Amino acid sequence: MIAFWILAPLMVAAALGMVVVRKAVHSALLLAVVMVSLAILYAVQDAPFLAAVQVIVYTGAVLMLFLFVLMLVGVDTNDSLVETLKGQRVLAVLVGLGFGVLVVLGAAQAVVGPPLGLQGANRGGNIEGLAALLFSDYVFAFEVTSALLITAALGAMVLAHQERLDPKPTQRDLAQQRVRDYAATGRPLGPLPSPGVYARHNAVDTPALLPDGSTADVSVSRVLQARGSVRSAAGLADDVDGAVQSIDGASMHRRDEDERGRHP
Amino acid sequence: MSVTPFLVLSALLFTIGAVGVLVRRNAIVVFMCVELMFNAANLALVTFARQHGNLDGQIAAFFVMVVAAAEVVVGLAIIVTIFRTRRSASVDDASLLKY
Repeated sequence: MIAFWILAPLMVAAALGMVVVRKAVHSALLLAVVMVSLAILYAVQDAPFLAAVQVIVYTGAVLMLFLFVLMLVGVDTNDSLVETLKGQRVLAVLVGLGFGVLVVLGAAQAVVGPPLGLQGANRGGNIEGLAALLFSDYVFAFEVTSALLITAALGAMVLAHQERLDPKPTQRDLAQQRVRDYAATGRPLGPLPSPGVYARHNAVDTPALLPDGSTADVSVSRVLQARGSVRSAAGLADDVDGAVQSIDGASMHRRDEDERGRHP
Repeated sequence: MSVTPFLVLSALLFTIGAVGVLVRRNAIVVFMCVELMFNAANLALVTFARQHGNLDGQIAAFFVMVVAAAEVVVGLAIIVTIFRTRRSASVDDASLLKY
């Protein structure tokens, strides 16, 4: 039972961290730690099928869904620190502490005999044993589960569905709008020019050169312009001069070394 | 190994989840804490199955997982809907019924 004593402190720490950390994404990742550790504890306790289901359903599907919604709703929505109920946090922690002491002491002091173990029940295989139970004693609950899953799927679709208030613009509308923009503001009808491609530069941060030697500013992303990492035409020329100089210097240096090697 | 340490761990995780539900404001984090409580209950069920030497506890844990998955789908859909209308994922902002 080394696994338990390694995993138990880890799980409690991760669960506490989940409640304490400010960012929701970190909470989700700490929850993943707890869930994977739980899967290992299931495997330790002769429940290999549940261990696999835990990894697939919880860490695979449920947590993915959580992260997906987190990205959708906005990762940077932090908890508001305004207390709507006065002293609720303190009271909640106190009540939780009392509850925890009660339950933990109850569980710890319960007098239980040595566990019977699942060797007998798992004799024909864990999955076979579960299937035999599921399709005999629990078959009604199992059937009801299917109704629950269909209801949940339909409910999620209904809740997530959004009616369009205005008709969707067709391709014709878009084309007309583009020509109207051109008439009004002179925005080009075609796509924007692509950035310049030179041997020594990453293409996306290098503006395309116009015939008169100036740069086409629309050819690089606005994000790069805001960061100030766009090269100017003069900067490009400087770079080329520097490269030529360094090549010359290197070849001269090499010639010196060759001479020295020949006459030690 | 005795089942007591597993039960104590399960109780601890459940308590932490409950405190998280009470303390946190972000609806998604509150939801994660509910999931933590589900998981703690599952651990207790699997432990009881080992104690009693039959698989009924594992079947119960399996059903809990199914219900939890369905609950997550609907709950997250509700959170997304509330976020769309109120532009906030805080549980304090969904208080129109109070007035």
